Amino acid sequence: MSTAVKIYVPRDSAALALGADETAAAIQSEAKKRNIAIELVRNSSRGLFWLEPLVEVATQKGRVAYGPVQAEDVARLFDVGFQNGGAHKLGLGLTEEIDYLKKQERLTFARMGITDPVSLEDYQAHEGYAGLRKALEIKPTDVVQQVLDSGLRGRGGAAFPAGIKWKTVAAAQADQKYVVCNADEGDSGTFSDRMTMEGDPYMLIEGMTIAAMATGATRGYIYVRSEYPHAIANLNEAIARATKAGFLGDSVLGSGRAFHLEVRKGAGSYVCGEETAMLESIEGKRGIVRAKPPIPALQGLFGKPTVINNVITYASVPIILARGAAFYANYGMGRSKGTLPIQLAGNIKHGGLVEKAFGVTLRELVFTYGGGTASGRPVKAIQVGGPLGAYVPEQHWDLPMDYEGWTAVGATVGHGGIVVHDDTSDMRKLARYAMEFCAIESCGKCTPCRIGSTRGVEVIDRLADADRQGKPEVKAQQVKLLRDLCDTMVNGSLCAMGGMTPFPVLSALNHYPQDFGLSNPDKKAA
Amino acid sequence: MNKTTGTARNYPSSPQQKATVRAVLDARSQQPGALLPILHDIQDQLGYIPADVVADIAEALNVSRAEVHGVITYYHHFRSEPAQGAVVQVCRAEACQSCGSEALWEHASKSAAGHNVTLEPVYCLGLCATAPAVQIRDKFHARVTPTKFDRLLAQLKEAA
Ligand SMILES: Cc1cc2nc3c(=O)[nH]c(=O)nc-3n(C[C@H](O)[C@H](O)[C@H](O)COP(=O)(O)O)c2cc1C
Ligand code: SF4
Ligand code: FES
Repeated sequence: MSTAVKIYVPRDSAALALGADETAAAIQSEAKKRNIAIELVRNSSRGLFWLEPLVEVATQKGRVAYGPVQAEDVARLFDVGFQNGGAHKLGLGLTEEIDYLKKQERLTFARMGITDPVSLEDYQAHEGYAGLRKALEIKPTDVVQQVLDSGLRGRGGAAFPAGIKWKTVAAAQADQKYVVCNADEGDSGTFSDRMTMEGDPYMLIEGMTIAAMATGATRGYIYVRSEYPHAIANLNEAIARATKAGFLGDSVLGSGRAFHLEVRKGAGSYVCGEETAMLESIEGKRGIVRAKPPIPALQGLFGKPTVINNVITYASVPIILARGAAFYANYGMGRSKGTLPIQLAGNIKHGGLVEKAFGVTLRELVFTYGGGTASGRPVKAIQVGGPLGAYVPEQHWDLPMDYEGWTAVGATVGHGGIVVHDDTSDMRKLARYAMEFCAIESCGKCTPCRIGSTRGVEVIDRLADADRQGKPEVKAQQVKLLRDLCDTMVNGSLCAMGGMTPFPVLSALNHYPQDFGLSNPDKKAA
Repeated sequence: MNKTTGTARNYPSSPQQKATVRAVLDARSQQPGALLPILHDIQDQLGYIPADVVADIAEALNVSRAEVHGVITYYHHFRSEPAQGAVVQVCRAEACQSCGSEALWEHASKSAAGHNVTLEPVYCLGLCATAPAVQIRDKFHARVTPTKFDRLLAQLKEAA
């Protein structure tokens, strides 16, 4: 079989949703029919989703890409000898040379699309487990120091320095400590956690193992949302293989230090992404937010000291240990260090994953990488940072991505999800949806969030009625009510669910008043 | 939250179902925080969580029945009665909305009526770069137009 051509067909959920399994089957059967020896690898996705299923063939010059390849294209591809890199209208040339990919700064996503996700050999051949080996050579306090020095901040939304959390847990005295991964990824427009779990699960496992070694935790949980069945399956398989090979278990790599890891499946609740609600859920209860303090680092899962980080936070750790804190900290700007896997979604021509150092602008992301809208119509609004993030108007599209800089203009980096809307989108409807989503998903603990969101939907509906019936005084009154309500939610809610739902609502109202039947003050002044 | 469970009492468990639940409880109840894994196992195997097994679960975990019931009704994923036919989920979150998922939802509501399916909204499947997204049974579908949706439903009927 040494002459067999390697052909890659991704098994990422999005590729599967676009027919990757059918394409793979067609390649198998067509190769057999033509007596061509092939080795079919089900790799992860490069994250260029408008090209999925993206089929690659290994040639002497490197991997050559074709896409999007549907099952019915396969016969013609064999006709032109694509298995040797033959020319075809779906041909994209050398994968690494595709502009979208070439200009990225892939540190965390370096292996994405390249390896077989559950192959430990592949993982190690591409720098995998170098970070853990390093962590086991140095003192736990030095591991924490590396993470601190790297400037890595939580990628799940709140952007809290990871090293500080780790330090707190490491210093806590307890008979049991835990490492928990928040893989709830409930935000619309985000999929980098999913891609990581499906496409490079060992990177997450390695990051969590390093956290365990650094803090003295011996047990870990990955809380994955039930909407991600492929991620759950891949993680379970990867954990089983890693355990068998001694990367997990009673003595991690023969160090005498234990770390056991388990996947917990969520059950369809957005607020369970909030860290304390997630802990309740893992404990087998309703996912209701806990008041802080006590902080989970001191009293977390089952009341014990617990490190909680997002998938991408943990996944960023192996390279920090392997290459040193300074290497990572050299990327980025200000207090926003390193890179962020940014997710381009919604009405966008080239939707997908772009990993860049902080400092990139929205305009560059949406237009240079994303190519503008899929519909070909003008971009109207860009929602950044998930359902609790603001709609960012054009005046801020040139601001470099930086946690502090964006916060200053009312935008949120969040989990790095970017959702593009064209000019057919109705911002009043989207504002109403934000309130409705909060009403559906509220954990119910505080009144401003539980009741306020329902009232919010009603107020927006009354505003729409008043607009239709041409009653300006009722409109003005409802706008005032809506602003009051938002104020109460911002100030009176226990967590960001109620506290940030006003962000998309108010940004829609402030920047797109015409959609609410209000005159645009800016335009009038101009 | 605020999910209604309907008249779950119409679906008492059969002896085989009871046995399945027993096996799940025997395998899981010693696990820390066992309730969610138990509920998942039961629903995966029976398709829903029969109302009359709540007491068995409560007893095995040494918690109140109200607590178990509270958990089942809190989470959108758990159902207290069997789904009718295949479960079809249409994503209605923002990224999918930007690509016409509200119109798709309306269309789906009409189309689903003629088929043996349970139509449900879902808020993000992680396929937001290839919106709108739909899940039918265990399969994901991306860039779903109303025409494609009808084709998928027709295929479902053929396969049945
Ligand atoms: C309503 C709500 C939903 C959240 N959802 C998520 C989520 O899906 N994934 C996540 O990592 N963090 C989520 N967070 C943030 C977590 O509470 C927490 O800050 C994070 O998991 C900590 O990890 P990090 O420091 O690595 O970001 C959410 C917070 C709130 C208030
Ligand atoms: S703000 Fe909403 S989701 Fe958060 S704790 Fe209060 S009720 Fe629960
Ligand atoms: S918003 Fe529909 S799949 Fe994410």
